[in-house]
Amino acid sequence: MTEETHARANRWKRFSDWDDRPLRLDQFAVEDPANGFAAFKSPYDPKPELGIGGRLVESMDGVAARDFDMIDVFIARYHIDPEVAPEAMAMPSTEVARMLVDMNVPRSELVRLAHGMTPAKLADVVSQLSSLEIAFAYGKMRARKTPGNQAHVTNAKDDPLQMAADAATAVAFGFDEIETTMRVARNAWSNAVACAVGAAVGRWGTLFQCSSEEAEELKIGMAGFTSYAETVSVYGTEKSFIDGDDTPWSKAFLAAAYASRGIKMRCTSGAGSELLMGFHDRKSLLYLEARCLCLQRAMGVQGTQNGGIDGAPVTCTVPGGMRELMAENLIAVWLDLECASGNDARATESEIRVGAKILPYLIAGSDLICSGFGSILKYDNSFNASLLNGEELEDYLVLQRDFEADGGLTPIGETRVMDLRSRAVDALSAVLEELNLAKPTTDMKQSVIAASGSDETRTFSGRDVAAISEAIKDREITVVDVIKALAKRGFNEEAENLLNLVRLRVSGDYLQTSAVIRDGRVLSAVNDPNDYRGPGTGYRISDARRDEIVAIRDVLTRQDVLRVEARHKSAESSRILYNAIGPATAAKDRRDVVIGISPAFGVKLFRTVAGHPLSAVLRAIIAGINEGGCAARIVRMRHTADTSFLGLSAARLAGSGVGIGIQAKGTAVIHQKDRLPHNNLELFSNAPITKLDHYKSMGANAASYALGEMPEPIIVPTRGEAMGSRFHARISLIYAIETEMISEGATPEEIEITFLGAAT
Amino acid sequence: MTKETLSVSDYPLAEKRPDVVETKTGKGIEDITLDGLLSDRVTLEDLRITSRALRQQAEIARAAGRPTLAQNFERGAEMVGVPQDVIMRVYELLRPGRASSKDELLAAAMELRDTYHAAKIASFVEEAADVYERRALFKRRY
Repeated sequence: MTEETHARANRWKRFSDWDDRPLRLDQFAVEDPANGFAAFKSPYDPKPELGIGGRLVESMDGVAARDFDMIDVFIARYHIDPEVAPEAMAMPSTEVARMLVDMNVPRSELVRLAHGMTPAKLADVVSQLSSLEIAFAYGKMRARKTPGNQAHVTNAKDDPLQMAADAATAVAFGFDEIETTMRVARNAWSNAVACAVGAAVGRWGTLFQCSSEEAEELKIGMAGFTSYAETVSVYGTEKSFIDGDDTPWSKAFLAAAYASRGIKMRCTSGAGSELLMGFHDRKSLLYLEARCLCLQRAMGVQGTQNGGIDGAPVTCTVPGGMRELMAENLIAVWLDLECASGNDARATESEIRVGAKILPYLIAGSDLICSGFGSILKYDNSFNASLLNGEELEDYLVLQRDFEADGGLTPIGETRVMDLRSRAVDALSAVLEELNLAKPTTDMKQSVIAASGSDETRTFSGRDVAAISEAIKDREITVVDVIKALAKRGFNEEAENLLNLVRLRVSGDYLQTSAVIRDGRVLSAVNDPNDYRGPGTGYRISDARRDEIVAIRDVLTRQDVLRVEARHKSAESSRILYNAIGPATAAKDRRDVVIGISPAFGVKLFRTVAGHPLSAVLRAIIAGINEGGCAARIVRMRHTADTSFLGLSAARLAGSGVGIGIQAKGTAVIHQKDRLPHNNLELFSNAPITKLDHYKSMGANAASYALGEMPEPIIVPTRGEAMGSRFHARISLIYAIETEMISEGATPEEIEITFLGAAT
Repeated sequence: MTKETLSVSDYPLAEKRPDVVETKTGKGIEDITLDGLLSDRVTLEDLRITSRALRQQAEIARAAGRPTLAQNFERGAEMVGVPQDVIMRVYELLRPGRASSKDELLAAAMELRDTYHAAKIASFVEEAADVYERRALFKRRY
């Protein structure tokens, strides 16, 4: 071979493999603070600083009061506590950072200090922490002890029937809040009624939001359909704020307006929004976000939807982006705000990055881990796909079980889901009919109940939905009308559930920080404060809650394994007879190859994990041995079930000195009499993918070794399947059946087998 | 009735202190039942929050170490009686570039103070007027 005849490769092909992975659809950006692409630190970020004269802030983070922009003014006036500030600002950031991860420093002390810290100071402190430390501090500092979760409930058709069914489903999975929005703005009222009714099926207490234009959203809230709002966005630079068409005062006014209507409310902010809006002032993402969060505490909102949110994807393009999202969430909870911690935008196409993104939140817990989790399919998500979606909901349930972490969700069974979906669709249909809004047909209802997503539904047209929505709005239908309609049509439980939720407004208890409703009770940072002080404190999963979390579907039991084997027993009895004819002896014949079978082989176990009947496997091996010019002898080992020892024992009895050892699950070995137990000739360890042809070739190779030849070893090709995850639980249970039958010191038995009927 | 200051141990009020919770029309929390609603004894008016409830929640928030949240509830308490269209009008005026001069905001503040006795909100709007003037926000954006 010469250079002339072979073109020199100019690329390692692994890069082409990597090009084809979903990860490469993600775009990554270079760190470039001058253009706003810096997660934690920009040379243009100010140094933490605060000048106080009397009780007035004279300068903050390097800006004199006379030069304050609107955001500075608001923070200086309403966030900075002049009593605490001198002490807090004088503390070295590293010392405060250590306090955040010190379980002996109470949360309340850190919250007190945060009241005296400027945005640059807060950012400087959390930037000292590693990702692990941030996650730990987050678990310690979040306001409410019990973690929760929020869902998106939307669909591509704005179909109210599906909305009701999906709302009921989300409620059953345990979401504390559900949030809807529309493809078409005028459908807001239809969405609101549908979700309110759906969320009243099964249990009560799930808070509900209809994300729409500010004035419309307040009106829908006043009509009693919704119970919370989180669309009030704030930004970290003045120009972004103005382009967002608001000011800190207009937003704070709105916050008070929501309170005056008895609606729970949180603001929204997240890294990357200023970058996307083109006014980042060359500051780091974390510093701008620290400004947003101080502003939110200053406005007096109980909480924040925070952690990138719509800016999460752009934040994840820069180095440290995901760590930054965690760091800003930490500032939020340190400022004593409820945190609906993002994890709501599909920030990556890589499922590995998705899993990595969610894990710290799952194990640290959060007021609302996602804001929200796409409970519907990706294409039905009118907010755009979430980090986790209907497609991946079971993965999340399994992560809860893996880490014994409460992610706020509970597995539910298939029958229960169908019952709830039917009930929700029937309840909403009753309301639509009773209020003369629409008459859904049986076909529409049935298609929605079964549908995984709106592609599968035969339901209202877009025009129908708009008409329903506008009628609700124009006729000023309120939640009282809906409750009455439910009751009139016999849906008393749903009527009561909906009334229970609306009644919460009278006392306003759920306006306090981090409030959710659990088992009919308001649970908030006031009556369920996070009291983490190290192991054994803070939120711990109760035994009852653990039972719920671990109860995912289709888990294997020993009974399942025995049941399956029992089914195959009778089939095998019509194919093969095993007849023990006495103790096995060593043979002299040079063509004698012994097949050593395991204790339960054909006695309690009847097929390999690949699904081959053991009769067929024996037939194949014997055929191979015979074709190779040797004779097979079957011996049952009763002193061992281990493949190596089965094979070596067989080899020592064989006249040829070559034996095959095989377990009932299909794992096999070719062995030779004078080798060490684990130093065999050929091992067939991947039983789940070992085919009958492989068993036949194994026989042929054994014969070949017996005749002193050196055959080509048999390769059972693997594509890297996760054999362990697919089969090891079953294999362990099966193998235990083998080992139970071992009788120490028992001698091998010669077995005469008779094949009955034709090969299968 | 003597004035008592509520604390964290009184929370949630609906559960621990139903005696201090009442609707706009004077009904207790236990009066809000499905039967009441179906017989029209309970109306949407009974399902609204009251100024009193917001002030109570402000006391609890303050006791729980959340003074800014308390202030928001107190502003909210003043807004309970402000009609929706007035709220939306003032909100609109507070957005950047809507008011063409400081006077428009000051007039809105006066209305809130005089007509709706919303002194805290009025001061808040006046404060905005000062800041908007300094930051040159009184210019049309569309």
